Amino acid sequence: MEGFGPSFAFWVLAALTLVAAGGVMVSRNLLHAVLFLILTFIGVAGFFVLLSADFIAMAQVIIYVGAIAVLVLFAVLLTPRSGRDNGETRWALPGILLAVCLAAIFLFVVHDTAWNTVDEAPAGLDARALGTALLTTWVVPFEIASVLLTAALVGAIMLTRSPEEEAEDALV
Amino acid sequence: MSFYDQWSAILIAAIAGFILVFTALIATRILAPFARERAKGISYECGMLPIGRNWAQVHVRYYLIAIVFLLFDVETVFIFPWAITYLSLAEFIFWQMILFIAILSLGLVYAWKRGVLEWK
Repeated sequence: MEGFGPSFAFWVLAALTLVAAGGVMVSRNLLHAVLFLILTFIGVAGFFVLLSADFIAMAQVIIYVGAIAVLVLFAVLLTPRSGRDNGETRWALPGILLAVCLAAIFLFVVHDTAWNTVDEAPAGLDARALGTALLTTWVVPFEIASVLLTAALVGAIMLTRSPEEEAEDALV
Repeated sequence: MSFYDQWSAILIAAIAGFILVFTALIATRILAPFARERAKGISYECGMLPIGRNWAQVHVRYYLIAIVFLLFDVETVFIFPWAITYLSLAEFIFWQMILFIAILSLGLVYAWKRGVLEWK
């Protein structure tokens, strides 16, 4: 799997992800920050493709780029005073210090670990094998997952619909 | 066909999409006439000047629509591995996914009955 293409793609994706992550921090408008966050998620999905994890890449795009981004967007829109810009903060210096410490630890661990690599993607980890396992061996948990999702939907409706709104709707 | 060969189509699509959007943005910047006046930025061309900032808090009921979207988004994640395998598996695998979608549709029916999808 080594060659010019994958390493070139890695560096392009790394640049894209890091620039977008920087944009999340730097941008003054919160909505622009969310858009940069979506770009970061797409870059991470590209990394999953490079790691031969096609199902996780797909899930990353659908869950993070789709669902999590929508949730963050709604959270920004629902917050009363988020229209004010991403103002100056006293916590910039401690934040930078913490980030530098974290980066140092990560670099140390990455450098210190003996990474075992394989040439080919291990069999049984792609989306096809996952689908077969999900629908034959693990079919009961799979169906229970749909019950769980339905319960989450009903619970969200119960929590967010206030009694006043119900009464309001009953009048209409 | 190696793993990366499969993804080259997505790469080409991504580059083509980027070029399309980018050229459209650049072309409007070059070709279209722009009038940059303060009056262009207000909501109504003829009318009262708006008061306050351009930020209105969105009603919390729209959050429920986001949650409904989220659940069916997660459902899609389950459908993908099924869609590429069900032809090679037994026939009841197909009906298992139908059951999965049917159970989730119950939630949608409940949301519909409670008026979550009403636009007011």
